[in-house]
Amino acid sequence: MEMAGAILALIGSVIFLLSALGLLRMPDLYNRIQTGTKATTLGTLVLLIGMSLYHPDWAPKLVILMLFILLTNPVSSHVVARAAHYIHQKMTDRTVADALENDEFIEEEIV
Amino acid sequence: MKIKAAVISVVLGLLFWLGLNTSLENEVLIIGAAVVVLTAVFAVSNPVLKDLKLGPKALAAMIAWLFVFLVELIKSNIDVMFRVISPRVRINPAIVEVKTALKSPAGRMALANSITLTPGTLTVDLVDDKLFIHWIDASSTDVEEATKAIAAKFEKYLEVFLG
Repeated sequence: MEMAGAILALIGSVIFLLSALGLLRMPDLYNRIQTGTKATTLGTLVLLIGMSLYHPDWAPKLVILMLFILLTNPVSSHVVARAAHYIHQKMTDRTVADALENDEFIEEEIV
Repeated sequence: MKIKAAVISVVLGLLFWLGLNTSLENEVLIIGAAVVVLTAVFAVSNPVLKDLKLGPKALAAMIAWLFVFLVELIKSNIDVMFRVISPRVRINPAIVEVKTALKSPAGRMALANSITLTPGTLTVDLVDDKLFIHWIDASSTDVEEATKAIAAKFEKYLEVFLG
């Protein structure tokens, strides 16, 4: 049981490492959000599942932590991306299309 | 309608309280029940609770959605990780438009959040029934094809329990 918990915690840390690497390698803000904030969701989940195997009496609290992360993580990354698009944060040259570019939706909503 | 919302929030609140305390002593239960009922009084007007449908069919859809969502989460995480470690970062990003068939605000919120939580897709904006999504590997910028690739798999189940 403890062994399985330790292995899961290690896998979680590796996921964190890779998403940190993604933060360095991605060319613009939107792609960095993709790796930097969201790849960490799975990392956190795996790490917490590993911890709950290691300390079974912590499990209920860890489950609540997981729920908290699943509910708040998408909201924060969405708001960062939306704000960035509103102030016309530049997208990388490799971007194929921007469906929002000609829409004045965001401006209208805020004004 | 209000009674259903109150019951849902009391049950969820009590589960949360018990999970935090991990004990069944009388004092803990009484304080918890009082706080939970008080919270439920404030929460009955919450639109998420109003739109939520109950029943065996809705419950089955909810479990199926959770399962599909977890599988998607793991699959796309591995996909994004391989993109990160490949020698020349393999991306083909675009903001695409997706149209949703969901009517209720809570359903749209749940769809936008499921899309954002799976790496590789990120909801940038939500206007009426249009979702603008930053897609790390845009295979198509066409509205219908993008809808099929990103939203359809979650929509199928969300439709049943959130409309």
